[in-house]
Amino acid sequence: MNEGIITAIRVVPLEHYVILSFLLFSIGIAGVVFRRNTIIILMCLELMFNSVNLLLTAFSAYHSDPRAQVFVFFIMLVAAAEVTVGLAILVMMKRNVDSVDVNQLNRLKW
Amino acid sequence: MVMTDLLAVLVPALPLAGAVLLSALRRKLSATVAGSIATALIAISFVATVILFSGFDTEAGGRTVRILDWLNITGMDIPLALRIDALSLTMMLIVTGVGALIHLYSIGYMHDDERAPTFFAQLNLFSFAMLMLVMGSNFLVTFIGWEGVGLCSYLLIGFWYTKPDYNYAARKAFVMNRIGDVGMVLAMALLFHFLGTLEYAAVMEQAHSIPAWGLLAITLLLFFGATGKSAQIPLFTWLPDAMAGPTPVSALIHAATMVTAGVFLVVRSSVLFDLVPYTRDVILWTGTATALLAATIGLFQNDIKKVLAYSTVSQLGYMFAALGMGAYSAAMFHVTTHAFFKALLFLAAGSVIHALGGEQDIRKMGGLKGSIKITFVTFFIGTIAISGLPLMSGFFSKDLILAHAFQHSPVAFGLLVFGAVLTTFYMFRLLFLVFYGTYRGKAHAHESPLTMTVPLMVLAVLSVVGGALNLPHLFGGHEPMKHFLESAAAAIRSEEIELSASTEWILMGITAVLVFTTIAFAYGRFVKRTTLEGDEADMPLLKRLIAQRWRVDELYAALFEKPYGWLSEHFHSIGELRIMVPLQNGVGEAALRVGNVVRKLQTGNASFHLLAMVAGIILFLVITLLSN
Repeated sequence: MNEGIITAIRVVPLEHYVILSFLLFSIGIAGVVFRRNTIIILMCLELMFNSVNLLLTAFSAYHSDPRAQVFVFFIMLVAAAEVTVGLAILVMMKRNVDSVDVNQLNRLKW
Repeated sequence: MVMTDLLAVLVPALPLAGAVLLSALRRKLSATVAGSIATALIAISFVATVILFSGFDTEAGGRTVRILDWLNITGMDIPLALRIDALSLTMMLIVTGVGALIHLYSIGYMHDDERAPTFFAQLNLFSFAMLMLVMGSNFLVTFIGWEGVGLCSYLLIGFWYTKPDYNYAARKAFVMNRIGDVGMVLAMALLFHFLGTLEYAAVMEQAHSIPAWGLLAITLLLFFGATGKSAQIPLFTWLPDAMAGPTPVSALIHAATMVTAGVFLVVRSSVLFDLVPYTRDVILWTGTATALLAATIGLFQNDIKKVLAYSTVSQLGYMFAALGMGAYSAAMFHVTTHAFFKALLFLAAGSVIHALGGEQDIRKMGGLKGSIKITFVTFFIGTIAISGLPLMSGFFSKDLILAHAFQHSPVAFGLLVFGAVLTTFYMFRLLFLVFYGTYRGKAHAHESPLTMTVPLMVLAVLSVVGGALNLPHLFGGHEPMKHFLESAAAAIRSEEIELSASTEWILMGITAVLVFTTIAFAYGRFVKRTTLEGDEADMPLLKRLIAQRWRVDELYAALFEKPYGWLSEHFHSIGELRIMVPLQNGVGEAALRVGNVVRKLQTGNASFHLLAMVAGIILFLVITLLSN
């Protein structure tokens, strides 16, 4: 990895990365839990993925271990695949209940 | 050799096939066809047995035919195997021979019963089970047969199941047999514990290595098992009630074969019993007591089949007395002759009942010797055979037992002779009240068809000449049956009567004189003037007690049934209703209530579920962090 980038990453203390990731993740969770629009929920899921990716990259730089960054690539790949599935579900949902409001999906009960 | 093995397997397999076939086709076959099939199969079994018997070499000893592995685990090898030796062949000849005659007789007896095919299927199944019992090469195969005959006995006693009394009798027989079976099972468990095998041959070989207390327990338990099946004190009360079944059943199961299973078992295990003189004494005195008790009850019974039933119990008592004295071949001899004359008596009684349209009360019979001649003559022969008139089969077998008793214990001898006198009295009372005097009933008597009278005649001949099977030295014979059986049970070899010829003649003379005197007495009482038993209430105390069967049933009711009923009642009212039911209902209700509350969490709202999931993850995280 390029030494310059690593130095650049290390300019910011590690704790800040952790806190930032934590905030991003929390925003993601809050979005998933409290928003009703399914598109927003999907976006929030992506946000959570990327907060984790950010954390992995930061740790990788600080520990001089490139393996974590390989993981990040895998996660991005899987996330891309996952988005296609998510969007497909979204399309089916729109067709079936004519809405993207997640609260319309309330038939999972006794 | 392969040929004999095949025959040995065929003997029990044919009746089993018949049972399966007949029960499958029971709605399609007529009574006569079903009966003919059943009879033919058991007759072929008989022929196979005769071939086996004629080719049997006593010098070579027995053969074991291993059909297949059954329980074969480390340290335990119990095969499904048959044992062909002198003892099993003797029993097989009785079971298939007398069995075939009784099957034949049943064709006539059951011809107008709409469930006749079922009857024949069960009769065949019984024959199969009985053959497994006597042919088994180890205790467990015998036990299959033992349970099988118990089941068939239950089914056939309750054959006319629309009558509640008959069902009760069937259940009684079944339960009492089960009580005895517990003894048998425990004995087998102990044997296996000590020897690790249940094969007869191996058990008898290693018997001496069992500790004394073990032998005592095993033999007593085996004998207890035998008392259940063979209707001895204390488990004899089921047999008279078992007369509820059709008469051929009484003849086959409750006279000729199944009830002798106990005798067979003791002879089979004679090595064990020879090692424990104490058990032999128990057997001797139980047998003697049963012989006397049942004989006294037989004196005042008014049901033709009940008299014969008590007579059977009494004769079984003689067999066990013989076993108790170590006279195994004498017991087997009596088993054989008893199978002839008691089957004959039951079948003849069945013929009488058939002739009178179902009447069983001897007070409503009388004077039948003119109208049903063949039945009369055969019944007469059966009566003199069981009473032991000289040169009849019963004479030889009973005198052999009496001679052993004289040598063994004078007290037992006296009691058994008294029992013989009683036997003669109640049998001739039966004969005289049924066939002599004037007819006291209303039905029109008619002779039975040929299918019924032919077995009667064959059995009558056997009852007369059966004594030749084991003709004693005194009459110029060589006791062939005893020598034959020696190859199966070594104990029989030492079973000699060491009385001088004159003593034996005197003993025979005494019994003969007593028997003839008794007949004369009975003749005066029942033919010269017909003495009928009146109401039990008018009898003197002792006689009433005897007529009420010594009130043994009532005693058992007070001793066992009532406490058991009381216990059950309380288990029900307290244990069941107050404890178990509230407990079970409580568990169910609690689950329902909790469910009613908790199910509201399941809103079906996806975002709420997500929230719950996140909350759960956070909770676990917190717990993990805190616990570190």
